[in-house]
Amino acid sequence: MPAVSKGDGMRGLAVFISDIRNCKSKEAEVKRINKELANIRSKFKGDKALDGYSKKKYVCKLLFIFLLGHDIDFGHMEAVNLLSSNKYTEKQIGYLFISVLVNSNSDLIRLINNGIKNDLSSRNPTFMNLALHCIANVGSREMAETFAAEVPGVLVAGETMDSVKQSAALCLLRLYRTSPDLVPMGEWAARVVHLLNDQHLGVVTAAASLITSLAQKSPEEFRTSVSLAVARLSRIVTSASIDLQDYTYYFVAAPWLSVKLLRLLQCYPPPEDAALRSRLTECLETILNKAQEPPKSKKVQHSNAKNAVLFEAISLIIHHDSEPTLLVRACNQLGQFLLHRETNLRYLALESMCTLASSEFSHETVKTHIETVINALKTERDVSVRQRAVDLLYAMCDRSNAKQIVAEMLSYLETADYSIREEIVLKVAILAEKYAVDYTWYVDTILNLIRIAGDYVSEEVWYRVIQIVINRDDVQGYAAKTVFEALQAPACHENLVKVGGYILGEFGNLIAGDSRSSPLVQFNLLHSKFHLCSVPTRALLLSAYIKFINLFPEVKTTIQGVLRSDSQLRNADVELQQRAVEYLRLSCIASTDILATVLEEMPPFPERESSILAKLKKKKGPGNLPGIDDVRRNVNGSAEHGQNAEEAKKVAKGPITQSRSALFVLIPTLDFIFNCWPLLAFPPVPLNQASAFAPLFPVFIFTPDSLNSSSSPGANLLVDVFSDNSAPPTAEVSEENFHRFVCKNNGVIFENQLLQLGLKSEYRQNLGRIYIFYGNKTSTQFLSFSSAAVDPVIEGGAQVQQILNIECVSDFTEAPVLNIQFRYGGALQNIAVKLPVMLNKFFQPTEMASEDFFQRWKQLGAPQQEVQKIFKAKHPMDTEVTKAKILGFGVALLDRVDPNPANFVGAGVIHTKNVQVGCLLRLEPNTQAQMYRLTLRTSRDSVSQRLCDLLSEQF
Amino acid sequence: MQFMLLFSRQGKLRLQKWYVPLSDKEKKKITRELVQTILARKPKMCSFLEWRDLKIVYKRYASLYFCCAVEDQDNELITLEIIHRYVELLDKYFGSVCELDIIFNFEKAYFILDEFLLGGEAQETSKKNVLKAIEQADLLQEVRPPHDLYHMLTKTMFMVVCFSGLDLNAN
Repeated sequence: MPAVSKGDGMRGLAVFISDIRNCKSKEAEVKRINKELANIRSKFKGDKALDGYSKKKYVCKLLFIFLLGHDIDFGHMEAVNLLSSNKYTEKQIGYLFISVLVNSNSDLIRLINNGIKNDLSSRNPTFMNLALHCIANVGSREMAETFAAEVPGVLVAGETMDSVKQSAALCLLRLYRTSPDLVPMGEWAARVVHLLNDQHLGVVTAAASLITSLAQKSPEEFRTSVSLAVARLSRIVTSASIDLQDYTYYFVAAPWLSVKLLRLLQCYPPPEDAALRSRLTECLETILNKAQEPPKSKKVQHSNAKNAVLFEAISLIIHHDSEPTLLVRACNQLGQFLLHRETNLRYLALESMCTLASSEFSHETVKTHIETVINALKTERDVSVRQRAVDLLYAMCDRSNAKQIVAEMLSYLETADYSIREEIVLKVAILAEKYAVDYTWYVDTILNLIRIAGDYVSEEVWYRVIQIVINRDDVQGYAAKTVFEALQAPACHENLVKVGGYILGEFGNLIAGDSRSSPLVQFNLLHSKFHLCSVPTRALLLSAYIKFINLFPEVKTTIQGVLRSDSQLRNADVELQQRAVEYLRLSCIASTDILATVLEEMPPFPERESSILAKLKKKKGPGNLPGIDDVRRNVNGSAEHGQNAEEAKKVAKGPITQSRSALFVLIPTLDFIFNCWPLLAFPPVPLNQASAFAPLFPVFIFTPDSLNSSSSPGANLLVDVFSDNSAPPTAEVSEENFHRFVCKNNGVIFENQLLQLGLKSEYRQNLGRIYIFYGNKTSTQFLSFSSAAVDPVIEGGAQVQQILNIECVSDFTEAPVLNIQFRYGGALQNIAVKLPVMLNKFFQPTEMASEDFFQRWKQLGAPQQEVQKIFKAKHPMDTEVTKAKILGFGVALLDRVDPNPANFVGAGVIHTKNVQVGCLLRLEPNTQAQMYRLTLRTSRDSVSQRLCDLLSEQF
Repeated sequence: MQFMLLFSRQGKLRLQKWYVPLSDKEKKKITRELVQTILARKPKMCSFLEWRDLKIVYKRYASLYFCCAVEDQDNELITLEIIHRYVELLDKYFGSVCELDIIFNFEKAYFILDEFLLGGEAQETSKKNVLKAIEQADLLQEVRPPHDLYHMLTKTMFMVVCFSGLDLNAN
């Protein structure tokens, strides 16, 4: 066949392209292009009307220039003109230019839409196809607004040609993906499902993609597709390879369609109907059987197409996770692929096996391939394949093989590619913790990690080992001994110095009995590393030194000498200098008792999800980590302690510590210590004489049913404001100002003739802090004041502050009540105030693009997830005020998401200790009727209801 | 599928098709990054790689790399065969296609792709049907301007340089 261009040649274009190709330099190319642009511009602007051919040629040249990577700022109008040409190729070039170059906010969109509309109604199938392709290629919201209602009609109309149906199906799919809200579901939906029965396999192929997308979002409406898909699949699978004529690809019957049908079935659970189910099982068995047959062709296309169907079938088997025989067969098939000479197949087998490892039916079978996988780790030449092997080892790891797998991963780490080291480090750290029976093994493993790949050991990992050592007293002595030994190495990684400093600072006393690791030896060892370390590590070491002073009085003078040296006291780094000054001062003036209290051993960390796990999840994205979500049902029950260091850090940097440093006059850098040594600041330090306030740190934990309180040691002196018996039940609970605090955090919550109660609050994720200001409005003392102060007297005209720390454990409705009791004159006063701690305070706003919003909106489509309320406006309907209220409510206000600009759309995440609840809201004002409609969607019905109740009171 | 890129061994982009809305800047960034990554890979390496949160499926035919970005749950092998089928379509249409055909007739390459894939999904997998659609369209064109000799000449000249075409049996 002659290779000369088919279709119409455009000589000028070919000449231009040759010129460009002959340019010797980038400059020459730019020069040639500028010349051409000037030429085209003058042609477009010239007096002489251009004929269609020239217009097409110039538009095509512009397109070529754009595709070379240059900017084009004209010619759009000419391209749009081409749409109305009745010559096919001119029209075609016009459409191509628009598909490639027109962005959605172009002014021309109306003209373009007009052109498309004409072609769509032309009844000429070729023109209709061009128009549909253009809509599908551009896929903008404007196009969706114009055509989303029309395309379904084209798709299901009886007289539509097959090729147009195919284009219409995928055009609709594109519109549905970009603007699902604009695609109206109607009776066409049912008819679309029946396209799976169409005689034309091309139509079925196109429709299958559309139906899969629709079914993902609204499975109920498209449930009938299951039986049709199974029937179709069964016919394809059992057909002789020639039956499907041109849809057979290298002896494989309709591989694309088969894959799509298997994908569609993955939107649903296994069919309940027994006959249907057995027919599907038969299909899947047939596909598995075919994998064992000798190949019908040696071409790689044959095996690829065949295996594409096989892998998709295996995905479906894993998705159903209900047929043990199929799962085990799939597993064995993949086992064969692990040894295949095709790299691609080995890669995919490793990948698929990862998901099989998480099924209880196939986990054991997957484990039998451990040697092959370890071998792959050692011998595969392609890093992406080795990465899959690491993933699979991680997924197949359990108690029985943990030591072997961790050892193999550690040894691989020594030579691993830099790009995947951090991930391997995280995985090793998680496995070592999860399957540690013997915590000395865990400590050894982590120290090995730091030795082998110290640079890749993130904060989370070394925080974690410290948390675990602190929480388990059986391993503390061993840890101290091991880090002491590891620190002997002449060059050890800075992360090891950090861990060593921390652990010896806490538990150095456990090995101090041995003269080889006496306090002085320990100190000298640590201090020998000091000068090589970065500022944060040095800061940590200084904290370790002050801890040493407490642990070992005998080295006090040595350490004070070090702290006193000019290199510390006059250090250029303000943090180090401040620490040195303060620690030195602290060690000089504080009595042994105070020192012992301030520098007390760290209390155990609260048990939370491992921060390493969180980090790995973040790295890999959700859903990509088979087999690790079962970390909670760990057998020895000790794997989940420790706390999210990241979170602790955030909190420590936040307002809490700011107020601390203001109060602890002597130790203003405690926030930094707090940062590195999170709980050091907690013991009560009686150093606040300078403060007029009595700061208290009770921690209130909210649970849905009852309000428990657990107080930090400093709060023990206090009457617990939330406990039931703290006030006689006679006081009526004041909540008149409660609703004013829904959208704001500060103000006066209660006031009578005697007392004014002011609040300032701040929230961050699931934690909050409320400052309560008790103001005595009278000129007489309040006596026996029971809520706030250490000092039970509030002088006339004085104000006393109390601080409450709040943690939201799970979602709740009832707000806590603050009971206050005091004596004024002779009379006992009882006041109960509902504190404005509402669920929405734990919002973090979430910005998202329009398509994300609608995608999530759809996902939260179940009836119980949505709560809607229509109510009359209580205040003037002012847009700015409404915006401010919605922002005050805690969500992000999303612009240009709602097609109606008068509506408000917001998104946020409620943070509780146990879960995070995503929340979407939409407020539609109707100024004429003075009404609002508020819709809330969250994944929890109780949350939706509560938020709706709270917000609807505000307008 | 989120996008498809064709580029030469020298890293020159020959065709780009985006099925998700992205800014020009982002497109250029992605292209640069992927061209670099893929050109750095050795032959015989696996055709799939993880990239951002997508999977990249690529294959080299003679001097051209075909590269598709698909989503996590998409099927890698069938994507590989989408590439192959597209190459077959080009080959059949141009007759032993080579990189120059795609340079000089880039618009045709786009038209063929639109008939085969739409919105990132396979629309018509039958080779016959796709080519029939394209050929029908070709019949609808106006009369070709005469003396297309120059074009033929340039084309033949380049054919000498690029004699082998895209090897359909490329690995």
